Amino acid sequence: MKADLFEALSLNIAAHKACAVVTDIEAGSQILIGADTRIGDLKLKEEQLAVVNQLIVGDVSGQIDETNLFVRVYGPALRLIIVGAVHIAQALAPMAQLAGFKVTVIDPREAFVRAGRLSEVEALTDWPNEGMHKLQPDSRTAVVTLTHDPKLDDPALAAALRSKAFYIGSLGSNRTHAKRLARLTEDGFSERDLDRIHGPVGLDIKAKTPSEIAVSILGEIVATRRRAAA
Amino acid sequence: MHNVDADPLDRLTEWHAAGKKTALATVIKTWGSSPRPVGSHLAVSEDGDFAGSVSGGCIEGLVIEAALATITSGEPAQLEFGVTNDMAWEVGLACGGKVQVYVESIS
Repeated sequence: MKADLFEALSLNIAAHKACAVVTDIEAGSQILIGADTRIGDLKLKEEQLAVVNQLIVGDVSGQIDETNLFVRVYGPALRLIIVGAVHIAQALAPMAQLAGFKVTVIDPREAFVRAGRLSEVEALTDWPNEGMHKLQPDSRTAVVTLTHDPKLDDPALAAALRSKAFYIGSLGSNRTHAKRLARLTEDGFSERDLDRIHGPVGLDIKAKTPSEIAVSILGEIVATRRRAAA
Repeated sequence: MHNVDADPLDRLTEWHAAGKKTALATVIKTWGSSPRPVGSHLAVSEDGDFAGSVSGGCIEGLVIEAALATITSGEPAQLEFGVTNDMAWEVGLACGGKVQVYVESIS
């Protein structure tokens, strides 16, 4: 790999921009294909370029059939938006970062944010509807609400339901969750919309402590993403 | 908290910025129950430091050797490891899978 291609790749990855490196594994020639970059000595045919662009969209690396061309796709960052700088968030945020998520915690209660010791995590002290509007969740975003407080959770869930977020989870018992669904139904969401919300949140691993609950939530997020791609 | 999956390229970027010679190994094909998916990276510096993985630890030693050879020669290489390969059997790719790895220097 030529130094200039590698340096451009580093910049794309640091900026969370989707891109791909295509390598002719017999000849050793390469090209970096990004939204606004194209660097390298490998020439691709139109139809090969179309395949590469498809692979970038699907975030799938692999060889192009019947060619020597290997495509390594570097997808944009996965994101996790956590509403509520509560105890579980303190565990969930760093775990999700380890697993490759760019994590943002939204909580207008500054004391919670300070108490949450979230120094390595982006924290917004906006109200959830404002925070969600700033963050614009997309199909590579997971949203989890943890506050139990309808004033904070409901607007975030409504914004998540109006987005393409691939995972929406909401902490609360069966009873709390049923009430929540009733409120969201009154707000005009259909049963099909509400089926997107995982609640009670997380895989059933009999989690008790905040960190165990974080494991169950992160497990459910990973399972949802990987099952959708399988 | 650091994203462990992004670690190899982050480290490679650091070494490269420090003026070190480096190489990158990438899993380009897998068969059967190989432990790391296509696209997995192992980054290697001229000092023999490494980050990331291309297997569950079974073939890393051989891939690092090949990476150091690539740093010297500048020539990319393709390596294949599997149960039919005596060498890999020796180093213990016992999962029954097979992997193909592409090794290239950054230069």
